[in-house]
Amino acid sequence: MGALRAWQELEPGGTVVRAEAERVRTGGWRTGLRPEAELARCVDCLLCWLYCPDSAVVLDGTTFAGFDLDVCKGCEICAEMCPTGAIEMVAE
Amino acid sequence: MSAALELLTGGEAVAHAMRQIDPDVVPVYPITPQTPIIQGFAKFVADGQAHGELVDVESEHSAMSAAIGSALAGARTMTATSSQGLALMAEVVYIAAAMRAPIVMALGNRALSGPINIHCDHSDSMLIRDSGVAQLFVENAQEAYDMTVLAPRLAERPDVLLPVLVCQDGFTITHSAEPVELLPDESVRRFVGDYAVPHAVLDVAAPATQGPFAMPDYYFELRRAQVAALEAALPAFDEVAFELTRLTGRPLAAVERYRVEGARTVVVALGSTAGTVKEGVDALRDAGEPVGLLRVVSFRPFPRAAVAEALGDADAVVVLDRADSPGGAPPLFAEVASVLYGSGVELRGHVYGLGGRELHPEDLPAIVSGRAPAYVGLRSEPCPA
Repeated sequence: MGALRAWQELEPGGTVVRAEAERVRTGGWRTGLRPEAELARCVDCLLCWLYCPDSAVVLDGTTFAGFDLDVCKGCEICAEMCPTGAIEMVAE
Repeated sequence: MSAALELLTGGEAVAHAMRQIDPDVVPVYPITPQTPIIQGFAKFVADGQAHGELVDVESEHSAMSAAIGSALAGARTMTATSSQGLALMAEVVYIAAAMRAPIVMALGNRALSGPINIHCDHSDSMLIRDSGVAQLFVENAQEAYDMTVLAPRLAERPDVLLPVLVCQDGFTITHSAEPVELLPDESVRRFVGDYAVPHAVLDVAAPATQGPFAMPDYYFELRRAQVAALEAALPAFDEVAFELTRLTGRPLAAVERYRVEGARTVVVALGSTAGTVKEGVDALRDAGEPVGLLRVVSFRPFPRAAVAEALGDADAVVVLDRADSPGGAPPLFAEVASVLYGSGVELRGHVYGLGGRELHPEDLPAIVSGRAPAYVGLRSEPCPA
């Protein structure tokens, strides 16, 4: 995030345009656990990508490619949804 | 003006204004005394005379929620409500203002429950006094029409971008027929122009987050920006009203000064009551009493400078509130008191007309002279003749 802005500099309603939203690092909200994937067990079903509420699952085309920890809040939904047990929550 | 007069109620007149504005989306839930507005507009849609999407939502909370979505998506949006509908909507009205959604809403002012009642007072408007929306109180059906035509232009100004409520007294205006002059359809369309918001949600080429969470680092700034937007609505109103007046020939201003020149006592009121007070003022003037009326049209934003200027030369000011604030000062009184603070002008206030109780021109002499009780119109506290 850049310097905090004065009220005169804000978009009406506080609307955030995309370039700005990308700088918001909500990963800092995690409380000690982050997801970790064991790629050998991943079948690229992409359920984790589909269910992630923060778009923190990164794809390479249609292949699972990891997590964007800058935006992952550690909610564990991906680990719950993974049908092959490839995702585990580990200590930071 | 060449247009013919039509016999219309305030509700019908607003429905015609909506037909001419032809909004893209109207999410609405019926409630007395607003219903004739939306009933009239729904008929225009059914008959193909208006082309927008009429959304039959399941509550007023949903009506305002849908209105925010469509207004920010890039669709000109209007709705209407009254009383309990506005109360149910209130949570979302604050959000509409905060998200700077330029929604135009017709309000048929009606007393809040309880006890349940369907008639006019201004308690519904005052419930959302601090929501950040503009509230414009009209005196009659003609002005309800004119103000509705004006409202989208005010709401959609880039420096304003706020919901604008056109407040008309329930039944007294919504259901009372009077001769109303409509502008030609084409004039209204040209006057309101095209709809544009700065970051339309449906502009997929420029994605944006609307209504983001704001923590202590930004909440205060965003509230301050809302205050500035509503303050900007005051000069914006004057400009748009001037433009509309050139089309209609009918003056429209944030305050109306009625025989204020030379008046020693000035009555201040909102809405249709001004018509009653004008009759009383005329009678008193005929009897040689220097009395006038200041009608506040724009209650939010409150035109402090215009009110101060109109009242500054009076000896006494009497504020008539059609809403009470139990345990505190009634809203219009509090507003005028803050304007007159330190001026030395004597200030009195009365609450009248709650739940549709009538105020009569004959009540005015006692109100002006200071003999009227605090609550005008109560059975146990008659106005002395």
